[in-house]
Amino acid sequence: MSRQTVIELDGVCTRFGGNTVHRDLDLCVKEGQIVGLLGGSGSGKTTLLREILGLHRPDAGVVRLFGVDLNDPDIRVQRNIRRRLGMLFQHGALFSALSVYDNIAFPLRELRCLDEDWIRRLVHLKLAMVGLGVSHGKLMPAELSGGMVKRVALARALALEPELLLLDEPTAGLDPDRSQNFVELIGELQRELGLTVVMVTHDLNTLAGLASHVAILADRRIIAYGTRSEIMTIDHPFVTGFFGADRRKLL
Amino acid sequence: MNDRPSLHVEPGKVVLSGAWTLAEMLPRLAELQAGLAAATDGNRQWDLSALTRLDSAAAVLLWRAWQATWPVSLEIGDMHRRIVERVAELPQEMPPPPVARVHLPEFIGRYLLKAAANLRGMIALFGQLILDTFFLLRHPRDIPWREFTANVYKAGALALPVTALVGFLIGVTISYLSALQLKSFGADLFIVNILGISIIRELGPVLVAVLVAGRSGSAMTAQIGVMRVTEEIDALSTMGISRSIRVVLPKIVGLTVAMPLLVLWTSAVAMFGGMLAALLQLDLSLVYFLENLPRVVPVSNLYIGLGKGFVFGFVIALVACYFGLHVKPNTESLSANTTSAVVTAITTVILVDAIFAVFTRQVGVPHL
Repeated sequence: MSRQTVIELDGVCTRFGGNTVHRDLDLCVKEGQIVGLLGGSGSGKTTLLREILGLHRPDAGVVRLFGVDLNDPDIRVQRNIRRRLGMLFQHGALFSALSVYDNIAFPLRELRCLDEDWIRRLVHLKLAMVGLGVSHGKLMPAELSGGMVKRVALARALALEPELLLLDEPTAGLDPDRSQNFVELIGELQRELGLTVVMVTHDLNTLAGLASHVAILADRRIIAYGTRSEIMTIDHPFVTGFFGADRRKLL
Repeated sequence: MNDRPSLHVEPGKVVLSGAWTLAEMLPRLAELQAGLAAATDGNRQWDLSALTRLDSAAAVLLWRAWQATWPVSLEIGDMHRRIVERVAELPQEMPPPPVARVHLPEFIGRYLLKAAANLRGMIALFGQLILDTFFLLRHPRDIPWREFTANVYKAGALALPVTALVGFLIGVTISYLSALQLKSFGADLFIVNILGISIIRELGPVLVAVLVAGRSGSAMTAQIGVMRVTEEIDALSTMGISRSIRVVLPKIVGLTVAMPLLVLWTSAVAMFGGMLAALLQLDLSLVYFLENLPRVVPVSNLYIGLGKGFVFGFVIALVACYFGLHVKPNTESLSANTTSAVVTAITTVILVDAIFAVFTRQVGVPHL
């Protein structure tokens, strides 16, 4: 059975003022892959992520999620697509006015179909999934440590049972031990829920621990996309510079 | 996607098939829930092996339908079984979300305590400003001239158009309404007294204060508040730069200096508006108006107006900075404090105005 295509970028061009960020960029991510998106600072990784989310419209080209064009004018189609993806923002982007519990319950309540008992069970289930207890639900985002913010944000991203999970620097700002835990957590959830994951990261350990595929963004386009071992063989200044002596670490 | 979630009851067992996920279930949620409830009665045999997908939302739904016990016989794939097990492991009794109960005396008491704490905090900020001023007098090189002039420009110069517009319209309105009344008494000439005293002494300062509290006061609270949220204030401290000298003091001194000038400007424009309306309504020439104004309105009224502007500017900036410094790092607190700053500033301005009125009742009122 051939795997379904989840993300398809076709000839995407992006310009900010006179500065071209992406030129004719193509990328195709299949169901169940964990893709690490690599690139130098300012190479437009986050912009690419925002284009996949539909937060930023490319100047040219098409972005398709689950085979549906993100520029589809039908609001209902747009909304249904958004419900199939979860996003973990770099700094969590938790709603600071809501408690942890309400943060996770918020997208569920917005469906306006679930009763409170159902929501309560689901919220506690998600909290348990990311290794937090019922008592954490009462805390406000300002009272959480950096690692806990990421966990809660992950729980919120998973609230709507997404098929596609996008991670922006999932382990930035965590100590190596916690970042290892977080990587294991995401890996475990991915296997269990069968998610497709796209993540932007600079951290080789995160990449080595999680990614099944690597996409490299340089020279304004994806210069290489393949499994980790395939990427290792590529001879491009960015790849050799980025991995340097640590090439073997990725394997 | 044709694998829609479905359920049918075969003799002796319930068979579920399709993708039982939140997204797929949503369009037919009521139907599925009713189906599950009907199927649960008496059926303790379930066949879930035909499921293509099962997510935790669906698992919770099933677990609730089973009334939190495993069915007698259950055929299910390994991966799906783990998902249901996760739901089963959750504690049965969920603690209900706490509901805060509010008692009236407690509510009032808390409000009063908060008001007292705010007053105390503002007095402390005032004290800090006095200490800073003494420090700057001894170290004149540390005076933040650039910040000070920037604040005078932002709170003063940029406010000129809006205060002029509002002042002009108010002047026209008052003059027009008074002229209608005065005409019926044949006391047309008193329009000069009415406009002069009311605008220069009272309306000008209060009008500007309300506008500036909404315009510059809220901006100050929001700016200092966001600087707190993004830890910019802390960054200043780590460089050994006093936040009160560099951030708070220039704002307060800047607005205190700019306000009397704004009051003068607004009063002048309002008088001009009043004069125009008087000219059109009562045929009172501009020359007559200007010649009589200094005669019937003692100059002390102008001093009172400017003094009010000075005090109002100080009060507005102090209140705005105080609330800005007490923003907690979340969006709700930012909006609540900006609201509090504007409301408190306007209320305090009116209060101070009343005090002014009591203490200056002997001054500047001509006795005919």
